[in-house]
Amino acid sequence: MPLVKGNTVVADDFVHLADDAPLPADGAVLLPAERFLADPKAALSRGDKIGVIWPNNRDVEDLLPYLDGLAAVALVFPVFRDGRAYSQARLLRERYKFKGELRATGQVLRDQFMFMLRAGFDAFEVKKDSDAQVFADVARRFSVFYQPVGDGRIPAFRRRLMHMPESARP
Amino acid sequence: MYAYDELDRTIVNERVSEFRDQVARRLSGELTEDEFKTLRLMNGVYLQLHAYMLRIAIPYGTLSSRQMRALAHVARKYDRGYGHFTTRQNIQFHWIKLADLPDAMADLAEVGIHGMQTSGNCTRNVTADQWAGVVPGEIEDPRIWAEIIRQYSTLHPEFSFLPRKFKFAITASDHDRAAIKVHDIGLRIHRNAEGEVGFEVLVGGGLGRTPFLAKTINEFVSHRDILSYVESILRVYNQYGRRDNIYKARIKILVHELGIEKFKQEVEEEWRHVRDGVLALDPSEIEEIRSRFMYPAYETLSDQPEELRKAALNPNFERWRENSVAAHKVPGYAIVTLSLKPVGGTPGDATAQQMDRIADLADKYSFGEIRVGHEQNLALPHVAQRDLPALWRALDEAGVATPNVNLVSDIISCPGLDYCSLANARSIPIAQELTRRFANPDTAALIGRLHINISGCINACGHHHVGHIGILGVEKSGEEFYQITIGGRADEQAELGTLVGPAVPHEQVADVIEDIVEAYLALRQRPDELFVDVVKRLGVAPFKERVYATR
Repeated sequence: MPLVKGNTVVADDFVHLADDAPLPADGAVLLPAERFLADPKAALSRGDKIGVIWPNNRDVEDLLPYLDGLAAVALVFPVFRDGRAYSQARLLRERYKFKGELRATGQVLRDQFMFMLRAGFDAFEVKKDSDAQVFADVARRFSVFYQPVGDGRIPAFRRRLMHMPESARP
Repeated sequence: MYAYDELDRTIVNERVSEFRDQVARRLSGELTEDEFKTLRLMNGVYLQLHAYMLRIAIPYGTLSSRQMRALAHVARKYDRGYGHFTTRQNIQFHWIKLADLPDAMADLAEVGIHGMQTSGNCTRNVTADQWAGVVPGEIEDPRIWAEIIRQYSTLHPEFSFLPRKFKFAITASDHDRAAIKVHDIGLRIHRNAEGEVGFEVLVGGGLGRTPFLAKTINEFVSHRDILSYVESILRVYNQYGRRDNIYKARIKILVHELGIEKFKQEVEEEWRHVRDGVLALDPSEIEEIRSRFMYPAYETLSDQPEELRKAALNPNFERWRENSVAAHKVPGYAIVTLSLKPVGGTPGDATAQQMDRIADLADKYSFGEIRVGHEQNLALPHVAQRDLPALWRALDEAGVATPNVNLVSDIISCPGLDYCSLANARSIPIAQELTRRFANPDTAALIGRLHINISGCINACGHHHVGHIGILGVEKSGEEFYQITIGGRADEQAELGTLVGPAVPHEQVADVIEDIVEAYLALRQRPDELFVDVVKRLGVAPFKERVYATR
């Protein structure tokens, strides 16, 4: 499954660790939430990058004590139409100021890229090669946005006010 | 009218180009039907029994004559020459080809209309009182807020994949014409004790398999805070709404299962975090949207002009005027409802010729503006009273002056089994038969206000639960049967109807309805005691007795 970061397909630093596989001494790993929470200290005290795969039916608030130590949080879209992880992503980025990699996993198709980018994701395990190849084009498909979220894009109604000469403002 | 600018147009055009790519991928097989389904639904495209269906939003029910002509063009060029106005201020085209859809959407985009979010598990078309901005006594024009919420919720990155669909309705009048109590969020604009204008927020209303009336979650949310409050509700719902069972996924079930108090607590805890954030609206932002609503340059006229007094001598005109013309906030003007419920017709259908004709009449008599109401009728909102006689003749010629607005033959109906793959039974033939039974305008006038609503299945698109008389199609061992409820209503005194007796087969429905109406005429105390008030006073029993005793 291709990984897209910064608009382009890149090599994945992280290894998805299975539930029963031993924790390697080094190398970046993504741990299932249960396993991470069973012994967060052990996971965080390794020298190398650690990430957690967080299910979409568990409050992200449970992650707060560990956020600073995490290099990545992978959120899950079990099916395309299950949008819970969009809320989790915005909470992690906007409310809890998570600065690490926020990865979208599961059924990730091109038609969600813009939503995911705006919700704060910056890494995408894209299901289809053909979608991964056109990521940069799709990410540019929309140039105007109506609502303000944490991605810094200026929504239409504020753009209108900015472009209006001071004298004409209501 | 709200004037689209370059930014609004860009979003619609970019969406059309995205959809073009999606259709191409589907046609080439790159997308499975299952993957395509979610995408097409969010553009208003359903797969029905015979063909794809395209649903186009008419936000808060306001259309320009130019937009109406574009709808006529789509009906003519891509469909079979007609369209169907729905109970949620949308129009549907039922015979459109997949390969033509992107072109049809591009043609509509030229006049600033689209099918975005008219389906799928996202915020649907935001509806409002169809008399917004023209009805006397309104607190403010609710369409400003419908537009603010439309923009806020369009292509929302967090809330485009909710557990289930999500519907807003807004009113700013004492009399609720927007049915806010049967919406996921209903907003009632009112003035608080301090004289400040804001919103009563209602949540968790909806019909379908498990109907609920919305409950008040907050008596007063200010203009500044309404978007952050709405976002808090949506965020709680997105995370905790049920996704295990499609029939339990609407917010009404979450509100019901948690209880309104607990739900409110969750919402207001979330609100505490977001209230002072990016969604807080400052007055200049509200004013910017408000400034793009154009109002006509009305003439200074007086009520009851000479032309009207003369025309009153014509009983046909007078009957229509009394039935279809309502008071306007500007002296000398009137709001005119156009009935899309001719005898024997399909409720809500209009032909391309009718749409073009109505667009012309709107230009001539209504400052180029048309409204669409949830009762599946149209309205011309700014007609000078002196023009009413001439307008009436033209509307009558076009077949949209049946004087049955709000009367027994003004039936709300879903498309039913004639079109819809979800339906269990036909709706349209029942509606058509009832309009024939009650075709005599004197009888209809004698009966008075009576809303009949028909749904072809439990999904309740015809809002049968809130019809004064509700008719629900069900399937019983391969046959079409109909359950009949009475006493429902969708306005500020909203109620869910009560079953009046066992389901009856298709061919008996019209007889039963006639019997119910006869029972009402016998039971009412005065001619102005409405059907629904008699049911309220006496309950279902006397109706059941009279209607089912002989069956």
